[in-house]
Amino acid sequence: MASSQPVKPPLASQPSQAARGSQPGLRYPSSGKTIYHRPLNRSRTQELSQASFAYLFGEMVSYAQRRVTGIQDLEKRLNVQGHPIGLKLLDLLLYREPPRTQTRPLHIIALLQFITTILWRHLFSRPADALEKSSNPDTPEEYMISDNEPLVNQYISVPKEMNQLNCAAFVAGIVEGVCDGAGFPARVTAHSVGKGEEGELWPGKTVFLVKFEPEVVEREVYLGR
Amino acid sequence: MVVFALIIINKAGGLIYQRDFAEGLNKLSINDYLVLAGTFHGVHAITTRLHPLHNHSPSSQSAIETRPDPPSGIEVLETENFRLQCFSTLTGTKFLLFTEPQQPNVDKIVGRIYELYGDYVMKNPFYQLEMPVRCESFDRKLVQYVRPLNSR
Repeated sequence: MASSQPVKPPLASQPSQAARGSQPGLRYPSSGKTIYHRPLNRSRTQELSQASFAYLFGEMVSYAQRRVTGIQDLEKRLNVQGHPIGLKLLDLLLYREPPRTQTRPLHIIALLQFITTILWRHLFSRPADALEKSSNPDTPEEYMISDNEPLVNQYISVPKEMNQLNCAAFVAGIVEGVCDGAGFPARVTAHSVGKGEEGELWPGKTVFLVKFEPEVVEREVYLGR
Repeated sequence: MVVFALIIINKAGGLIYQRDFAEGLNKLSINDYLVLAGTFHGVHAITTRLHPLHNHSPSSQSAIETRPDPPSGIEVLETENFRLQCFSTLTGTKFLLFTEPQQPNVDKIVGRIYELYGDYVMKNPFYQLEMPVRCESFDRKLVQYVRPLNSR
């Protein structure tokens, strides 16, 4: 909108603003259309370059790595970077759903299916590879989402001395944001499981462990009646 | 057709990657590989200064339009048993590929290896520039690419 208005005469006190308005750059594209001019519900042909994402994510990991005390701290920081994305994507993706199904998920299963299909398709153009409930009766609040080849880890090789680290902690943060935003407070962590015989086929296989808070499970029991 | 080995030399002449893909070359000690890398780097640098002079046009305008390619230096070294192809990137990193002398399309193979390097080494946040390459996924993709070439 700023570009459709006549350009203000450059004042001595604000030369940078005049330069910004008249010059196309990264922030102001030459067509005058910023990301805010696009319709919210148009999602086709919105794919991005994977190479640029890989460089951006590489820098995000390096940034998170500064002044960390350990691998857990680093994963926590990546998680925190993803959390607000999840909060916002929940609203955006529900808005883009057809009006009939435009409701917030009310059950754990519905929420997790929303995450593994709609969220995953939006982020990575394919659904997640598996969704399982923990088979251990002591932990009914745990669910596992598996991804055989996380897109964020495609170009990343974690050095041997940090082999506990999985940079998909960022994606775990996004999932956590979606759960928290939907009213299902949870802790989500990413774990590499591409070891052993399965590792031959999918060396980067990652499991996202979704651990809901006890009150969520309690509410689920009431809702089920 | 066999691709024997790959060596990557950084722009300072240090060995940052060495890998054998097939039998056929004698194994050297790691020290000898370092010396080989350093020596090749030096010889390459000198050969870039040997190249014949071109006729530069005197006008400054056309000089901007047609900037000459930088001199390439040694590109191929051939012996009875192997052929060494050198691919030097614009940033000064050198890829040395040892193949059989009859191996076709070596430039394509090196180009693909450079692509893998660009993807799996340069996009890895844990890789430090000019340091030895220790990237698991690069190793994996490299072997995945070269093995079918050798079994053909």
